[in-house]
Amino acid sequence: MRELANSASNWIVPLLILAVPLYAYAVKRVRVYESFIEGAKEGFTIGVRIMPYLVAILVAIGMFRASGAMDGLVWILRPVIGWTGFPPEALPSSLMRSLSGSAAFAMSSEIFKIYGPDSFIGRLVSVIQGSTETTFYIMAVYFGAVAVRKTRYTLAASLITDFSGIVAAYGICRLLF
Amino acid sequence: MNIVWLLLIGAAVISGAVKGHMADVSNAMFSSATTAIELAIGLVGGMTLFLGLMRVAEDAGLVRVLARALRPVFRFLFPDVPRDHPALGAIAMNFGANMLGLGDAATPFGIKAMEDLQALNPDKDTASDAMCMFVTLHSSSLQLIPVMVISLRSAAGSKNPSETIVATIFATAASMIVAIGVSRMFARWFALRPRGGAA
Repeated sequence: MRELANSASNWIVPLLILAVPLYAYAVKRVRVYESFIEGAKEGFTIGVRIMPYLVAILVAIGMFRASGAMDGLVWILRPVIGWTGFPPEALPSSLMRSLSGSAAFAMSSEIFKIYGPDSFIGRLVSVIQGSTETTFYIMAVYFGAVAVRKTRYTLAASLITDFSGIVAAYGICRLLF
Repeated sequence: MNIVWLLLIGAAVISGAVKGHMADVSNAMFSSATTAIELAIGLVGGMTLFLGLMRVAEDAGLVRVLARALRPVFRFLFPDVPRDHPALGAIAMNFGANMLGLGDAATPFGIKAMEDLQALNPDKDTASDAMCMFVTLHSSSLQLIPVMVISLRSAAGSKNPSETIVATIFATAASMIVAIGVSRMFARWFALRPRGGAA
């Protein structure tokens, strides 16, 4: 399955880059080279526009990670989740997922090492990591690209979505594994 | 966002002080700032490539075709975006790339979608409902096959690394429904200006 997924991604993009300009040129008589350059122009400006947004959020997340504040958060939440039966070992990596993908993945591999990837905790962590996102990074990149500063309810809605992903993952793992 | 940002930094400084991790916190500030710029620069190459490709697709009318094909879904998700608008094509490309796990391609398409949505946005400093819906949907993790997780599992010696895929798809679908519901609800509760009639 993994091989299939990997080889599919290796094929799709090159084929897309061939097929789209070929169709555009041959069928629609688009000046593909000029058109490509025109569109590509904006690439760098967008990168620069994203920078302040990324610095703001990644610095806050970096400080949070380095300070060990996650342990405090887990300590606060541990009694709250106690009655749900959710394994507290899976809590830090799940909470980290919205903040930093690489940190969450590192914590997950740590859990795989301790409990084994085929244990209930290992499977639960796998499903959680697969069904939640690095919300803060996505918000910084997407809103940064268009220089929107007031994001209204997006963060709240996104965090609720991440949370529901964790809850759903837990429910489904309880049913299946 | 203001509160969460302050909370993160506040928690970091307090926890750093209590645990004596202040030096780490201080180092993390500067290294994270550098990482952020490196990430932004790292995005530029792929972004330039796919924005170019996207323009070719647009000039060839392909984006419009895609937007039209997905009209029923998009009319429900993004009622404020006019039908056949290029934003819908870019959103479709972004969702497609995300589902296939083509992260490098998905981000530029997503940014293109945001630019197209921004063109429709009356207040350029404030997110439109369509933008909020679009970004929130990403939090449900659109990727169908979590390639990263599967590689981690197999690296850790799992007997069956891909056995969590089905559960992941279900969990993702559930959180996607929540994303749509919550965005819709919040759009109504925190409406920017009173809407005429049932929106």
